Amino acid sequence: MFSEFLQFLFTGVTIGATYALIALGFTLIYNASHVINFAQGEFLMIGGMATVSFMALGLPMPLAITLAVLLSGLMGVLLQRFAIAPAKKADVVTLIIITIGASIFIRGLAQLLWGKQYHVVPNFSSDEPIRILGAVMNTQSLWVLGIGTVVVVALVLFFTRTMIGKAILATSMNKQASRLVGIKTQFVLMLAFLVSALLGGIAGVVVAPITFTSYDIGIMLGLKGFVAAAIGGLGSGVGAVVGGLCLGIVEAMAAGYLSSDYKDAVAFSMILLVLFFMPRGLFGAKVVERV
Amino acid sequence: MFDQFMKVRLRGMIVLAIIVVVIPLFLTNPFQYDLATQILIVGGAVVGLNLLVGFAGQISLGHAGFFGLGAYFTGIMTGTYGWPAVPTLLLGAAVVGAIAWIVGRPILRLKGHYLSMATLAVGFIIAIIINNESQLTGGPDGMPVPALDLFGWELSSFGLYSFFGIEFDGYELWYFFAGLMLLLAVWLAQNLIDSPIGRGLRAVHGSEVAARVVGVDTAKYKSLVFVISAVYASITGSLYAHFQGFITPAVAGFDFSIILITMVVLGGMGSTYGVILGAAVLTLLPQVLADFQELEMVMFGLILMLTMIFMPKGLLPTLGSMAGKRFAKKTGGQP
Repeated sequence: MFSEFLQFLFTGVTIGATYALIALGFTLIYNASHVINFAQGEFLMIGGMATVSFMALGLPMPLAITLAVLLSGLMGVLLQRFAIAPAKKADVVTLIIITIGASIFIRGLAQLLWGKQYHVVPNFSSDEPIRILGAVMNTQSLWVLGIGTVVVVALVLFFTRTMIGKAILATSMNKQASRLVGIKTQFVLMLAFLVSALLGGIAGVVVAPITFTSYDIGIMLGLKGFVAAAIGGLGSGVGAVVGGLCLGIVEAMAAGYLSSDYKDAVAFSMILLVLFFMPRGLFGAKVVERV
Repeated sequence: MFDQFMKVRLRGMIVLAIIVVVIPLFLTNPFQYDLATQILIVGGAVVGLNLLVGFAGQISLGHAGFFGLGAYFTGIMTGTYGWPAVPTLLLGAAVVGAIAWIVGRPILRLKGHYLSMATLAVGFIIAIIINNESQLTGGPDGMPVPALDLFGWELSSFGLYSFFGIEFDGYELWYFFAGLMLLLAVWLAQNLIDSPIGRGLRAVHGSEVAARVVGVDTAKYKSLVFVISAVYASITGSLYAHFQGFITPAVAGFDFSIILITMVVLGGMGSTYGVILGAAVLTLLPQVLADFQELEMVMFGLILMLTMIFMPKGLLPTLGSMAGKRFAKKTGGQP
């Protein structure tokens, strides 16, 4: 009984950590530009798929992963440069549709390059699962949690200790004031997309051995990240992490105890419940609207 | 002033009516009629969605949920239980309207992206239920829907009809019927926009706080337009079900929700005729691109991106202002 619960918890925390990374990527771009980036899931897809390709070329795994994550980051910069930046004067809704167009475009490219079939990424270390109190844990789960933690700590340090990180924060708080004190906001926007895409790439690579990967894996993962970010409160870093973990755990429990057909319905009902009672999510800041 | 207003509104309707009547001259086979009819039906749904997005400034990412609810309500009630089509369609619209009202009240308190998140969630939940309740809905395989029965007079795409000695094919009649329905949808939408409700909505779009300050009951207007747009979706969903004769959960799916909102934004938010153009472009584009096979997705994404980057206001408003400028240059006066 308890071991079953523990099993679901492991599954939930692992997938939740991935959601948290995606949600953090959303949050970054949202804070910097108020755009919901529907291409966020594609960064994950590129991370996983490019790793497969680089390894097929005979590169050692760590190098393949690094290159794949960098490629994903490059995609983020290109997205900002060529799709978001030229549409400066557009409505936020229009920008959202542009990111939808971009995600279809990237998915189309991936389909051309890698075909429609599923690809397998090997576990980072041993395939032998670990047994804890009767529950089984894939070693890859430890990698997901470990790398997730490292990334979150690195992000916190980046935003509190470095000049560039603070510049991004400042831009997200007040764009015009930041420009006045000499921050190049367009450059900062590009950085936000870069960091966000790197995050996505990392999430995509670490989760790929568990979920497999294919050209269209980004849609659902991206959406779940969006849900996680909204549960936590759009724009809040802590919220993104907590929201991601909550979502992962609730989903795993729902799939385990209720019905796997309805696990997504449970996730989406959860977001409705949270929004009904806390309209700004768990950690969302109170916004005063100016007239 | 009022007369002028009516004239402008009427002119748009007449142009639309002429286009609907002229297009069949270029249609040569049932497949093309099928596409054109789809555009007219889905066009009605986006005219409704545009009221919410373009005039009240609220984003819905789950509108296909309401469209699918209407379609499945019709499918189940007329198909499985043998109810008459028109009362079922109206009852379905009432039920969907009520659901939108119940869900909408708490959701519409939410600002900006939380609202899109909530509508996305509602759409997803509806789609998941339709997918899983297979004894009722046929599940992922879909379900057949009987032909539209207009008070004992059956309208089927495959039928043959004769009026005053002229023979019509069922798909031709369906096309004109859908065109009539679209004109009705546009007429109602135009009236709503120019009513006090419409002015209230535009105030909400401009600034919700300011609207509240001057005494606009923003919550009421927002829920009202949410319900109206859901009713539009439900009715067009029912018509779509009758027209296609077969529905699958895709009509309620997230992809279709995205297509609907994209039609609105691509055609031009806030422009009733623009969003119909958006519906036409987005329905025809995949057909045109199908020749490119593997490149289809890449081209579709690229065209969508480029259009939105270079015409952020949408197709019709941008084309309209370009035509206006050229006209102004020629005459040397104000457009």
